[in-house]
Amino acid sequence: MSKPTRYTRTAMTLHWLMALLIFAAFPLGVYMHELPLSPTKLQLYSYHKWIGVTLLGLIVLRIVWRLRHAPPPLPEQMPDWQKRASAATHHLLYLLLVAVPMSGWLMSSAKGFQTVWLGVLPLPDLVEKNKELGVALAELHEGLNIVLLVLVALHLAAVVKHQFIDRDDILSRMLPKGNRP
Amino acid sequence: MKTLFALVLGLLCNPASALVFDQVQPSENTLTFAYKQMGVLLDGKFKRYNAQVSFDPAKLGSAQARIEIELASIDTGSTEADEEVVGKKWFNAKTYPTASFVASSIKALGGNRYEASGKLSIKGRTLDVIAPVSFQQSGARGVFDGSFILKRLDYAIGEGEWADVTTVANEIQIRFHFIVNAAPSKK
Repeated sequence: MSKPTRYTRTAMTLHWLMALLIFAAFPLGVYMHELPLSPTKLQLYSYHKWIGVTLLGLIVLRIVWRLRHAPPPLPEQMPDWQKRASAATHHLLYLLLVAVPMSGWLMSSAKGFQTVWLGVLPLPDLVEKNKELGVALAELHEGLNIVLLVLVALHLAAVVKHQFIDRDDILSRMLPKGNRP
Repeated sequence: MKTLFALVLGLLCNPASALVFDQVQPSENTLTFAYKQMGVLLDGKFKRYNAQVSFDPAKLGSAQARIEIELASIDTGSTEADEEVVGKKWFNAKTYPTASFVASSIKALGGNRYEASGKLSIKGRTLDVIAPVSFQQSGARGVFDGSFILKRLDYAIGEGEWADVTTVANEIQIRFHFIVNAAPSKK
């Protein structure tokens, strides 16, 4: 039996769903916190938090899945340093996909606003209300997001490089078979 | 000795008749509120208000209560919201700096439970409110606890875009915890 050349369907679904949600939550977060207080602002904050909690749930599933299903191998001709760089980037991405929503949840708790997922499921407050801690966690949330942005940019740059320079078609590992000739 | 015995007996049999609770203890009182915003339960408080109470459980007819609340002393939990709610669309605190409650009657419901009716005035509007109140007496110390639901739109608290109750709920629970002692001289 030949080795798999693609990620599992589950891994693909989680990857693309999370990509979609991150590309919604990130600009929403940047946009909403500059807004003057209005019902729209309160709604956007809630949507942002709901997406964040969803992403936190999905990353947990994804990590569990990843531990049980090894990804398809990288092309043999790929230099070792690139394989190591790829592994490091992916591990950091996993770490940030946990840390970013967690820091948001903690910030919410510290600022005294409980997170209620979809307006229905209340999440426990992780820390007591504390103004200084809230400010510090807001900065942490922002800082982690900047790191995430850089890593996602690197991730995308690598896709472009592999697709158009190396032409090793590494992207197809994350695409459903139907899209391939 | 006999007179002392009679005095003690009198106090034990009908302690309330001798006591009028009218010494409000501002440092121990709390006036808080709870509301839902996007399904999230939040609470806040007022820091400055002036309460005058005169309450004799044996003479409910002569009971009096009057509370004046400085609206700008609101603490909603976030600075941004504190600044917003004193504005025109909410309290319009520049034009209407205080809210007031004046009790018109107090009814006994049995045990330590009472029902206070009165007029609540906010933002130039005056409406009747009814609040269940409990009264716990220990010696000369009286503790009033009560709460009622205020519908903010009845008082136009939150106009324009804020009138949308799916974001900030219409129902605001007002809770009060007042310590009112009886004057020692009246024993």
